[in-house]
Parts: sequence; structure tokens; C-alpha cells
Amino acid sequence: MSRPPGTLIRNTTAARINHWITAGCFVLLLLSGLSMFHPMLFWLSGLFGGGQWTRTIHPWIGTVLLLSYAGMIVQFWRDNMWNSDDVAWMRAVDRVLVNEEEGVPEVGRFNAGQKSVFWSMALLVPVLFLTGIVIWDVYFSAYTTIEQRRIAVLIHCLAAVAAIIVWIVHVYAAIWVRGSIRTMTQGYVTPGWAWRHHRKWLRRLAVTGSAGPRPRA
Amino acid sequence: MSDLQSQDYVRMSASTLTPPSTRDHEQEVAKLIDVSRCIGCKACQAACMEWNNLRDEVGHFEGSYDNPSDLDPSIWTLMRFSEWENEQGNLEWLIRKDGCMHCEDPGCLKACPAPGAIVQYANGIVDFISENCIGCGYCIAGCPFDIPRVSPVDHKSYKCTLCSDRVGVGLEPACVKACPTGAIMFGTKTDMTAWAGERIVDLKSRGFADAGLYDPPGVGGTHVMYVLHHADRPSLYAGLPDKPRISPLVDAWKGMLKPLALAGIAFTALAGFFHWVVVGPNEVRPEDEARAQRELQGVKERK
Repeated sequence: MSRPPGTLIRNTTAARINHWITAGCFVLLLLSGLSMFHPMLFWLSGLFGGGQWTRTIHPWIGTVLLLSYAGMIVQFWRDNMWNSDDVAWMRAVDRVLVNEEEGVPEVGRFNAGQKSVFWSMALLVPVLFLTGIVIWDVYFSAYTTIEQRRIAVLIHCLAAVAAIIVWIVHVYAAIWVRGSIRTMTQGYVTPGWAWRHHRKWLRRLAVTGSAGPRPRA
Repeated sequence: MSDLQSQDYVRMSASTLTPPSTRDHEQEVAKLIDVSRCIGCKACQAACMEWNNLRDEVGHFEGSYDNPSDLDPSIWTLMRFSEWENEQGNLEWLIRKDGCMHCEDPGCLKACPAPGAIVQYANGIVDFISENCIGCGYCIAGCPFDIPRVSPVDHKSYKCTLCSDRVGVGLEPACVKACPTGAIMFGTKTDMTAWAGERIVDLKSRGFADAGLYDPPGVGGTHVMYVLHHADRPSLYAGLPDKPRISPLVDAWKGMLKPLALAGIAFTALAGFFHWVVVGPNEVRPEDEARAQRELQGVKERK
């Protein structure tokens, strides 16, 4: 991706591809999953070629998502480690929510909200995968009891609803904070964007002479 | 049966609307299985295979009279043999014809996510409409009796239909017709309950003090009922559930969770939308760019 001079790399090409594979899987899982969750949404199964195809393909997409999200964890876990800045930022989140970021404690590459999304999904994706295996009737019904499947399907649904809510927050935040979507499409931000939202990250990049996404060691 | 006009559905899976149910002036039916009169001949199994054109692959001897060893997509009814040593030290051979109980409140139907894949007719029969089945196996999780089986070949779930095709034209189920001892009876639920009452009086007079009818209220009663000599302990009969009910897990999953989940998702989306309307986008201002440039310049100069 050609990056205009003077801008900073927010996400590498590999991270962006990884992200969009995950995102594509998530949206397909959301549509197919909801079609099997609520009768009023069963029509969504038409997008996948009918109920049988929806039931068939949903767990395979889930498997791809698990692998893809594992890649996300590998790429992003370091910058998502929780630290004292996050507590301070969370205390001032009411100011962030009304777009008054001046005076809010400075944060590094990710703020506490982004980290919460990252770690929520890091928890929910494996939970969804493991419970999904238990209810993947075609291949695994011989290894589970009916009671285990009842528990698994309930946890699967709860985790899915939680993941969808986290996803809505994630998508909305990307729309709300201008310039965020470009960080995942073209991958770069202006220094002003970094100054406004991730000032510590900008300072670290500047001091180490890095163009991003991580400061030079 | 879905190729025939059916306007007598009282329940339909995964439907939020009232199913076509105008032809409901129908008496509820029941099959009564009198375990005390069963001789374990398996004529019912053979009749079921015969009428429904089902042939399972020949399996293996598993050390029991149960043959085949379990229900499967092409075994809709099965004699289960239990040897029980009673309090007097005598051996009792308890033989129970297993199969779908046709619950008044069917757990399979409650769990099913595919509209119209499981229906209940006004006569009480619970039927799987196979072309609507998506093969997810949720009916298995919903069933308190471990009855439905999903075929690995066509990925559809199967179970006893109570010969809905025969009953629909005024015939009795095939197993009933074949039973040589009259252990399987069929008629209206009222008549079958009354007949069971007579049988229970008879059994009690012959020393079975705990004889009784198995029509479990936990699932709203069933359209397949048993006369048991030991009705106080149904589980003696190859694990027949003592107090069957739809699992509270299934109730939570198919009850409260559905509206709460959609409400939670809708609330989050609306919260986002109204945040946008009230606060609007968070945009980088020219002064942010200017101060960023000063910062970058400052770092360069210090170097």
C-alpha cells in the first residue's frame, strides 16, 4: 500500500489481511448463527443456500475464524497488555465519549476500550469454538453426552450474543472515531490522528524514529 | 405428510405465528403399551420396518436380547430387555417397547430451529417433516427420552411417526396391528387412559401393588403411554425417565435467551446510533496535526 509521506503505519499489511479474514468469518458466522438461533431470522439461512447448508458451513467458518483470530492474537497481544495507563484512561472515558480528548490520560498504541474488545474476543472465540465442537453433531456427537450438548449450546449462544455486542461496539467505534477505518483498509494514520488518540504511541514512534506500527527496539 | 393439505397443526417448530390449525375438532389419540402383557416377540419392530420400509444394516450381537442394540435413523421402535432381581429375590424380565413418546409438550419441537421441521397435529402426534429438517441435532438435545437420531447419510432426523400416515386415514399404527398379545393398544387418549385403569386394577389384584400408568405430567402427558407393574420406579425399565421434563437448560436457551439476546443486540446498536446523533464523529482537528508536527519536530531537534 502506498503511504503518503509523513503518515504513520498503524497496521501492517499482514495484520490487515488477517483482520479482514477474521471480520469476514465473523459476519458470516453472525448471519448463519442468528438464522439458527431465532425463528424470525431463519430467512438468513437463504444467504447460505438453505438450512442444511447453513448448518453444514457454520462450524467450518468458525474453524477458520479460530485460526484467523489466533493470528490476530500473535500480532496484537503485546500492544494489548493491560497497564496503569488503561486504568487512568478508563476513569476519564466519559470525556472520551463526548469527543473531548484533551486532558484525557495519554495511551499507547491501543486504549483500554480497544484492549477490552481484543481480550473479550480472545476469550469468546475459543469458548465459541470449544462449545461449537460439542454441538457439531456430524462429527462429534459420538463423543459427547446429550447433557453436555445442552450445556454447550447454551454457553455457545450466550458467548455468541456477547461477541455480537462486542462486535457492534467495535464497528461503531471505528465509524465514530474518524480515520479508524482507514487504519484497517490502507493501514496508515496522520500524525494528528495519533496525537489526538494515541499520544504515547506517537511519542514512542518519534523518539525511536519508527514509522510504525511499533517503536523501534 | 407435508404433501397433503394439513390444517390441523397445533404446534410448529421455529414459528412465531399460529400454524394452520382450523381443523382441530379432533380427538387426541394415544398408544397404550401394556408392559405386563408384552412377550418380547418383536413383532412390533418387524411391523414398523415393514410399514415404513426401513431396513437397518445387520449389526452385531451385543450380549443382550436387544436387537438391534439401539434406536437409529431406520430403527424407530425397539424392545429393550431388562433383567431385574426384585425384593423377593426373584428375577423379573422387564420388556419395554422404546420409541417416541409423542409428548404433549415436545422438547424436540421446542429445540428445533427450522420452521415446520417438527409439527404436532391436533390428534397429538408429533411428526418430523423431513424436507424442512436441517440436521442440526437440536431435537436430540431437546428430547427428554433420547429418541431422535440424525442420519449420517442424508443429515435428517428420524423417529417414530406414530404411523401418522395410517392414523390420518383411520388405521391403527403398524406396531399395534402386529402385536399378538394385545400389549399395544391404540385409540383416543381418554379411552386408553380408561383401559389402562382396568389393567392397573387387575395388576394390583395380582400382587403388583405399585402398578400404574406412565403418562408423565412433566412433559404435559404423552401420546404413548405405558402400563407398568412398577410404576413407582419407571427407571427399572431400561432407564425410562422417572420424572421426564424438558431440561431447564433447553428452556433457558429456547425461552428467555431468545428475546433477551435480540434486545441486547438491538440496544447496543441503538446506543451506537444515538451516540452518533447526539455526539457525532470524533474528528482530528487541524490543531491536532499542528501539535503533532511540533512534537515530531521537537524530537528531531533534540536528536
